[in-house]
Amino acid sequence: MNIAIPVDETKTNVCASLGRAPYFMIINANTGEKTIIDNPAPAASGGAGIKAAQSVIDQNVKAILTPRCGMNAAEAFKAAGIALYQTVSESIDQSLAAFNKGDLVELQNIHPGFHGQGGK
Amino acid sequence: MKIAVLSGKGGTGKTLVAVNLAAVAKNSVYADCDVEEPNGYLFFQPTEVTTQQVTVSIPSIDYNLCSGCRKCVDFCRFNALAYIAQKPAFFADLCHSCGGCTLLCPNHAISEKQNAVGKVIIGNSQNVTTITGIMDTGRASGVSVIRQVLRCLNQKNKPGIIGIIDCPPGSACIVMESIREADYCVLVAEPTIFGLHNLQMVIELVQLFNKPFGVVLNKCTADANPSAEYCHEKNMTILASIPFDKKLGQLVSDGQIAVHCDPLWQKLFISLLDKINKEAGYEAATDNQR
Repeated sequence: MNIAIPVDETKTNVCASLGRAPYFMIINANTGEKTIIDNPAPAASGGAGIKAAQSVIDQNVKAILTPRCGMNAAEAFKAAGIALYQTVSESIDQSLAAFNKGDLVELQNIHPGFHGQGGK
Repeated sequence: MKIAVLSGKGGTGKTLVAVNLAAVAKNSVYADCDVEEPNGYLFFQPTEVTTQQVTVSIPSIDYNLCSGCRKCVDFCRFNALAYIAQKPAFFADLCHSCGGCTLLCPNHAISEKQNAVGKVIIGNSQNVTTITGIMDTGRASGVSVIRQVLRCLNQKNKPGIIGIIDCPPGSACIVMESIREADYCVLVAEPTIFGLHNLQMVIELVQLFNKPFGVVLNKCTADANPSAEYCHEKNMTILASIPFDKKLGQLVSDGQIAVHCDPLWQKLFISLLDKINKEAGYEAATDNQR
């Protein structure tokens, strides 16, 4: 099973945004191997959440550790059977450790998104 | 002849100008394209109303025929389709109704169905035909409703009829759609620095579309008027200056059409319409008997 975390430009911290994070870190839960993939969505004029979700879904991910998630992406993850866990730390390592200890709770607060703000 | 009334920000006086211009014209069509919050009908109180539904085409996927080839998902540039569990999942709010997925599907698993997004209400109020576009709550874009309003306007548009398009505020896609077919643009501006900033945004927009335009300065006081100064400096046409007037504000908040209530406003708007006609190169068609 794989775990995904949205990461910021530093590639060491959790990104505050999921849909428009520049990268995702994909962690193989069995081997601990970490890979960074580009998120194709940050520049999308609309539907960034879906596009980002698609790139994560295609990585055979079963869990996502993220501080937040928008409505459309959450719907896609739900359909794909991917669980969302809320991170409390900016550090990727701390977030992973907390997840492995079972300390992270499922993300409940799905925000309605920022749709239409760039005009359509 | 179609005149679009627009402004960079809300509350500047678009509807005041649009409603009163339509009311002083001999024969006019008032088209409310501010489909997220149309309010011109509150002044006109139209009768003999008819309602049209506005729908857009969205894909309907037959999962029995779908082979899971992913072609539709990869094609959709609006990210309205996602490939989940070997099947396409559809997100209606992101769909731009381009029809691409339906055309592309090798298994003919996608057909189109109609999705209601709003309505257009047509009615009459004395010399004015009113067309009101109303977007359904929760829809992402009013563009398709605006298109339907303008189609109705074009059907009513004959020589001698003045079409007044009351635009949404701002300078985004819904405004571009509203002014697309206008022969002349009237930009309503407030006498503040913020008002000037928003005026500059719509000036940029109408220039991009090569539309002839003039400015109506609203809420004018004896104090400095940055919007007026800018127009003078850039040599832009000032069509009218409407004073900041408590009685006018009272009429508007009572839902009254100012030109029907006070000869002062009647005179101002007749002269404004004459000036627009002259600027746009059309013969004057105001109703001086009113």
